[in-house]
Amino acid sequence: MGETTETFYDVIRRQGISRRSFMKFCSLTAASLGLGPAFAAKIANAMETKPRIPVLWLHGLECTCCSESFIRSAHPLVKDVVLSMISLDYDDTIMAAAGHQAEAILEEVKTQYKGRYILAVEGNPPLKDGGVYCMPGGTPFVDKLKYMAEDAQAIISWGSCASWGCVQAAKPNPTEATPVHKVIKDKPIIKVPGCPPIAEVMTGVLTYILTFERMPDLDRQGRPKMFYSQRIHDKCYRRPHFDAGQFVEAWDDDNARKGYCLYKMGCKGPTTYNACSTTRWNEGVSFPIQSGHGCIGCSEDGFWDNGSFYDRVTDIKQFGIESTADKVGVAAATTVGAAVAAHAALSLVKRAQQKGSQSDEN
Amino acid sequence: MATTPNGFNLDNSGRRVVVDPVTRIEGHLRVEVNVDENNVIRNAVSTGTMWRGLELILQGRDPRDAWAFTQRICGVCTGTHALTSVRAVEDALDISIPENANSIRNLMQLTLQVHDHLVHFYHLHALDWVDVVSALNADPKATSELAQSISKWPLSSPGYFKDVQGRLKKFVESGQLGPFKNAYWGHPAYKLPAEANLMAVAHYLEALDFQKDIVKIHAIFGGKNPHPNWLVGGVPCAINLDGEGSVGAINMERLNMVSSIIDRCIEFTEQVYIPDLLAVASFYKGWLYGGGLSSKSVLSYGDIPDHANDYSAANLMLPRGAIINGDLSTVHEVDQRDPEQIQEFVDHSWYTYEGDAKGLHPFDGQTNPHFELGAGVKGDAKRIVNIDENAKYSWIKAPRWRGHAMEVGPLSRYIIGYAQGNPEFKEPVEAVLKHLDAPVSALFSTLGRTAARGLECQWAAHKMRYFFDKLIANIKAGDSATANTAKWDPAAWPKSAKGAGFTEAPRGALGHWVEIADGKIKSYQCIVPTTWNGSPRDAQGNIGAFEASLMDTPMADPEQPLEIIRTLHSFDPCLACSTHVMSPDGQEMAEVKVR
Repeated sequence: MGETTETFYDVIRRQGISRRSFMKFCSLTAASLGLGPAFAAKIANAMETKPRIPVLWLHGLECTCCSESFIRSAHPLVKDVVLSMISLDYDDTIMAAAGHQAEAILEEVKTQYKGRYILAVEGNPPLKDGGVYCMPGGTPFVDKLKYMAEDAQAIISWGSCASWGCVQAAKPNPTEATPVHKVIKDKPIIKVPGCPPIAEVMTGVLTYILTFERMPDLDRQGRPKMFYSQRIHDKCYRRPHFDAGQFVEAWDDDNARKGYCLYKMGCKGPTTYNACSTTRWNEGVSFPIQSGHGCIGCSEDGFWDNGSFYDRVTDIKQFGIESTADKVGVAAATTVGAAVAAHAALSLVKRAQQKGSQSDEN
Repeated sequence: MATTPNGFNLDNSGRRVVVDPVTRIEGHLRVEVNVDENNVIRNAVSTGTMWRGLELILQGRDPRDAWAFTQRICGVCTGTHALTSVRAVEDALDISIPENANSIRNLMQLTLQVHDHLVHFYHLHALDWVDVVSALNADPKATSELAQSISKWPLSSPGYFKDVQGRLKKFVESGQLGPFKNAYWGHPAYKLPAEANLMAVAHYLEALDFQKDIVKIHAIFGGKNPHPNWLVGGVPCAINLDGEGSVGAINMERLNMVSSIIDRCIEFTEQVYIPDLLAVASFYKGWLYGGGLSSKSVLSYGDIPDHANDYSAANLMLPRGAIINGDLSTVHEVDQRDPEQIQEFVDHSWYTYEGDAKGLHPFDGQTNPHFELGAGVKGDAKRIVNIDENAKYSWIKAPRWRGHAMEVGPLSRYIIGYAQGNPEFKEPVEAVLKHLDAPVSALFSTLGRTAARGLECQWAAHKMRYFFDKLIANIKAGDSATANTAKWDPAAWPKSAKGAGFTEAPRGALGHWVEIADGKIKSYQCIVPTTWNGSPRDAQGNIGAFEASLMDTPMADPEQPLEIIRTLHSFDPCLACSTHVMSPDGQEMAEVKVR
């Protein structure tokens, strides 16, 4: 991704556009804002130095929770991301222009920043019946997505909709809502799952790309390892209660008030790869388990169809904290044999054994 | 030319103007209008362009999970669907909740009101009134004088505004305008002086910083935002002030954080939002278009129960009732369970019913998607150029209250509160009208809708304080309970049950209707605020609230649809909410015909 250092001016010169046309473009940009010739020169100067990478943020079938999460980012602040780090040229949720003025931007960026813009996708395309269940701009979203992906340098699949399908793809998936990677197969895709993802994870992925000018390391499922390589359970501050066999047995019981483990209340922390228990939410204020509700596994593929959120996970192998998503792979989210339930009972024994062996050594 | 039963003269003979996508909203909305030779809007057509089918997905699932599914209807009004859902399930299963759970739920709902209204005003709506580029021409010193004349908010020095302007200038000079690209800067419908524009830009950025702190209240009680966690029977967080393990529960530190955020909400609303709103309104009080249905028919279910488990109008702090035909002297009682009151129609929606043209109450609701473009459509299902409003034309159904198309939202709530003579709503409205030297009729407008939202934000911030104090008092009296688990086990449920839950979402009246059989969801229906406001025509030809609001508005330049998006934004549309409804099991899912 070293080409990002190329300036806008370099690119258009490479495409055979004359300096004169370039200056005319700058004058028109200034004029369209009602600004004088002095501004045209400044715009030209900016274009000749390193531009901010354009980000086009498309919305398919979704609920906008990813955008709402993104604007919660505390470090960096979202105003700094938008004003100083990227050029968020298209995002229907916040952009000032509407209708054909908005759609014209897509075409312009696709041409002028060919191969250089990042396509950020929130939500997913429904494929059933030619895609009539999502028709922004009068056109099936799936067509718009494919068209805009053609010249993108990379795609970010924001959230569980774009990454896996999420709620509209839950059984029976009435619209054939389909994750981005099943529609776009010839571009690098970074999945940032979660419903929504954590704000600082979103801005963290984006700023990593800008700062280090490369794609983050991804696991086998396409998620950045830096945020998705460990399970919530691995780093949960209530983990000692799990290991000690201390569980909440009913909502608001004494154990709930003491902050015991929520495993028996259906917590999906043992099978969910995400940064919630470490990065936490809303500037580190809390995360679901800290506020008394089990993890519902919202960053996992198909989490809506894994039974009730209050059914306890019984078919998951207990494996070491050192295991990563790569090693365990897709299997971790489904079935791998021995039960965590057994672990809940065994943990006391195991701890006693460890104690015993320690005292032996001493 | 035709007159609708609800009193609008439609004429689709003039030039057709399309706005798609309507941006700065949640979800996907299309609008088409016809303008006459003077560029005045004489016909308006609004189309919801997305559908997900969540209610079908809910069938056969555990009703205790429904809050999580329905919460994903909308990530902007996050939480309000979850609250409506747990209320519907609790209504069906006759589950009562502890007093603390009621206070915490109200705190979360009011947090949403404050957050949503603030973000709507500054980040979704402000650019309809504020010309960002004009702010470059402002004198920072004059801007400071303006700011200090309307508020004691401390960030108001000439140097502060000079810095903001400097940053904006640098941004514009980069030539990469990001979200401000290709917009309507310099449009004649912008009326603010440069200094007011600069002040608003500064507050756009401040509000962006502040909004992320408001929702920390959701994180404290629900673990995260967007999409905090809820619980049938109460709330999931436990209270433990000083016992073993209290560091992991709602304790003094957590309560202090909530309290401090409430203080900041009150402060920001009163020192920034309201003064900005009044300043903007003072320059636009001559632009009183956009009233639509607000002067005719408005609806509110009411919300924010003072005491737990009592959803009667007398116990609800947000007003409940319906006004029809502009008769403010009568506020009608509303009953969500009455099959004669609320009905949905699909004559102009991309669904089909058995025995079409008949309205169905949500307990009997069906939704069989049926995409079909009318004979008058230009283009095809790959590229719609113009829609045909005489046929089916939207993924939004047409709900009606006793046959009337209704407007819902903050303005509807304030009109009903005003008509009921409730001083909490009447007095602030009168104060604003007096401040602006405007008649009561000025309320029924785009600006009135925007003003009511601001007043409600202030109201909600103060009610947060009320429920925080109530929570503390109850804990002090020895009650720490947050959940009732007597009926948590489905074995304790009746074989079949029906329930209705309602809230006032930021955008208006929201209802969920659930039927439970053998411990599973048999049917689930939602009618959401934007289903009311974004409704297409019905069989009688009544137009919906969005459509009505655009009628008779003059446009300076139909190519630059600033007036259209300004009025639509005043409703704070939420399209993912409005277009997700579904069918009873076993019905054919979809049939697509393109004529």
